[in-house]
Amino acid sequence: MSPFPRHLLAIDDLGPDGIAEVLRVTDSFVEVAHRTNPKVPALRGRTVATLFFEDSTRTRVSFETAAKRLSADVLSFAAGSSSVKKGESLRDTVETIEAMGIDAVIVRHSSSGAPLQVARWVPDTAVVNAGDGWHEHPTQALLDLYTVRQSLLDRSDESTDDDGVLGFKGLQVVIVGDIRHSRVARSQVAAYAALGAEVTLVAPRTLLPPSLEGWPVASVSHDLDRQLPDADVVSLLRVQAERGSGDFVPSLREYTAGFGLTARRAAMLSPDSLILHPGPMVRGVEIASEVADLPAARITGQVSNGVAVRMAVLFLLLAQGPTEGSLHE
Amino acid sequence: MSDPILDGTSPGNAERVVVIRGGTVLDATGERRADVLVRGAVLEAVGTDLSVPQGADVLDAGDCVVAPGLVDLHTHLREPGHEEAETVETGTRAAALGGYTAVVAMPNTNPPLDSADAVRNVLELGRTATAEVAVAGAITVGRAGERLAPMAELAALGVRLFTDDGAGVQSAGLMRRALEYARGLDVTLAQHCEDGSLACDGAMHEGAWSSRLGIPGMPALAEEVMVARDIALARVTGARIHFLHLSTAASIELVRRAKAEGVAVTAEAAPHHFTLTDACTAGYDPVFKVNPPLRPDDDVEAVKLGLTDGTLDAIATDHAPHAPESKDLPFDQAPPGMLGLQTALALAITELRLPLAAILALLSWQPAAIAGLDGGASGPGGALGAAPGGPGGQGGPVAPGGAANLVVIDPKATWTVDPFALASRSRNTPYAGRTLSGKVRHTVFRGEPVVIDAEAQR
Repeated sequence: MSPFPRHLLAIDDLGPDGIAEVLRVTDSFVEVAHRTNPKVPALRGRTVATLFFEDSTRTRVSFETAAKRLSADVLSFAAGSSSVKKGESLRDTVETIEAMGIDAVIVRHSSSGAPLQVARWVPDTAVVNAGDGWHEHPTQALLDLYTVRQSLLDRSDESTDDDGVLGFKGLQVVIVGDIRHSRVARSQVAAYAALGAEVTLVAPRTLLPPSLEGWPVASVSHDLDRQLPDADVVSLLRVQAERGSGDFVPSLREYTAGFGLTARRAAMLSPDSLILHPGPMVRGVEIASEVADLPAARITGQVSNGVAVRMAVLFLLLAQGPTEGSLHE
Repeated sequence: MSDPILDGTSPGNAERVVVIRGGTVLDATGERRADVLVRGAVLEAVGTDLSVPQGADVLDAGDCVVAPGLVDLHTHLREPGHEEAETVETGTRAAALGGYTAVVAMPNTNPPLDSADAVRNVLELGRTATAEVAVAGAITVGRAGERLAPMAELAALGVRLFTDDGAGVQSAGLMRRALEYARGLDVTLAQHCEDGSLACDGAMHEGAWSSRLGIPGMPALAEEVMVARDIALARVTGARIHFLHLSTAASIELVRRAKAEGVAVTAEAAPHHFTLTDACTAGYDPVFKVNPPLRPDDDVEAVKLGLTDGTLDAIATDHAPHAPESKDLPFDQAPPGMLGLQTALALAITELRLPLAAILALLSWQPAAIAGLDGGASGPGGALGAAPGGPGGQGGPVAPGGAANLVVIDPKATWTVDPFALASRSRNTPYAGRTLSGKVRHTVFRGEPVVIDAEAQR
């Protein structure tokens, strides 16, 4: 197996083996979460900084909880309250943080590629992309895979020894929504495809990327109804209100009519299929409220798995490989 | 020491004499082995085995080509307003080292070059520079695209080219009026072709790479619709239009057809558009951010073809210095632009499969004609009727009585681009570490050797 990468900037950094390893290590941390003291000493003495140039309380808290449960010291740096407001450049900010002796920095930025630039400027610090512009949000996609894998394993009678990733082969995954402007979609496509799933993108043409050349997708469709009966996983993306104001689609109402997962459409799904949403969800637009509350919808499950997936990522990046660090007190 | 009595000059008006020996002279009229004798700002003699007058400076041109100095139609000197990135002094030093004896300074300074005072200021700054500084005036006040700048007043100061470069004139109606007005003044309008409603906030070429990288894209179409529009306007108004930095296959095809039809269009391409592709942006390094953006392979091939078949008249650098801190930003926030003056000639020699004469046509006499800088001085064109050492006299020919604006090139010498060794105040070259063929050995500007053996003399 190839060594775990230095940084997690994009799903392609991991490859199928790296993804499988994250999922396997996540299992251990899900188990840790159920203990009375959900904490392990794996990263004691290490320091992890969250560097969020864009508001996202959910993702930041998830990463910080993950780091604390690994016993790392956590430094939280929000752009709104920092010297960035005083005109300090991204590079200076990052180099200052590195000078404090940080082991890992978790970066969220509204500009695509910012975490890659950070990794170039501070090569000795592990960099985790917590979402950059329209580019990638790799831990969100890993969390989705973990949630799907849990469901596949629950369903299968036999115990598997393949890390549970063989079940993704040929899995029909339908990603619906504003793919053009979605970092989650780019990570999801790469992650599902790496494990052999067949990905179909469904969106109005205006919300697809200008080119899909080189994207590992099986098909593209503008007709959600036709994709639903064969779907194993339906992954919905948020449609921001400003996209529905006439620039990309005429209105959110028209979007919902064509691409929203309404109760009528949910009824077309096979009983085993899953509905995923990375959140935050806009009930009544991309998903009907009653659909979001169905057992098939794994929206809250994704939040609790998020901490475990992020623990796995930090552990694999910072411990010298899973055998050398300790998962147990 | 020269003896003023013996060589017939008096100490009071001693003119500098420079002899360029042992080279091959190459200009629009052809190629021949010849020495060149420069007295003051004028070419006095061109011939084989010229004797060297006492006290003359001798520049060795063995294995070298002696050509009219290069002329850049598209230089951002940044002064006034962005002196942290470049000044007239540093920019023209870079120009001289790159073989240029004239640059056209773009008007997107702060304040912009849309008034007589602003133009006079830059011309004054250029008076002591190591290359001729011609000025392009703005087409509209503040380059805002709303009302015409005082073009007649600027033309009276010698401005021959007008552009809102950095932005295209968005209104077709205003552009039509500008062309009509320009025709009456016998000046040329130069367009930065970019339709704002299509380009939106694009930070790179819209295509496979932008889609993968999640960077907002700027479609080729944004350039092409404005090229098509302006060809139609030039056809109707009969005015001359010059297209700046064309970068797409369809734009170049439109110009090819317009020329065949006889519309008065000229066009340029920048070196980065025939040497780099949008794949260069894969690492999100803003040094590869430029406007128009780097395009895919097919467009790069179309630019090369356009330079080969005469559709494109000039290679222009779009030298756009940016201070290092402004290029240390996230890709979408960093300003677009690349350095160009010291690498353009070598890139053309290295990357274009063209004879040197064709490359020099694209870098010297063709752009000189577009800028209205040919003739002048005491050169044969004489369009500006200026005195020797004055404006114009660019682009050759290298003949007795012509202006002494020359470059001596060693076409076979190789060198490696080092951003820290460039004369610009900025470092934003995308060619760091690249080894190129073709080196400027000497540059003579108005009779003064401003570059000797690749070293700037001041």
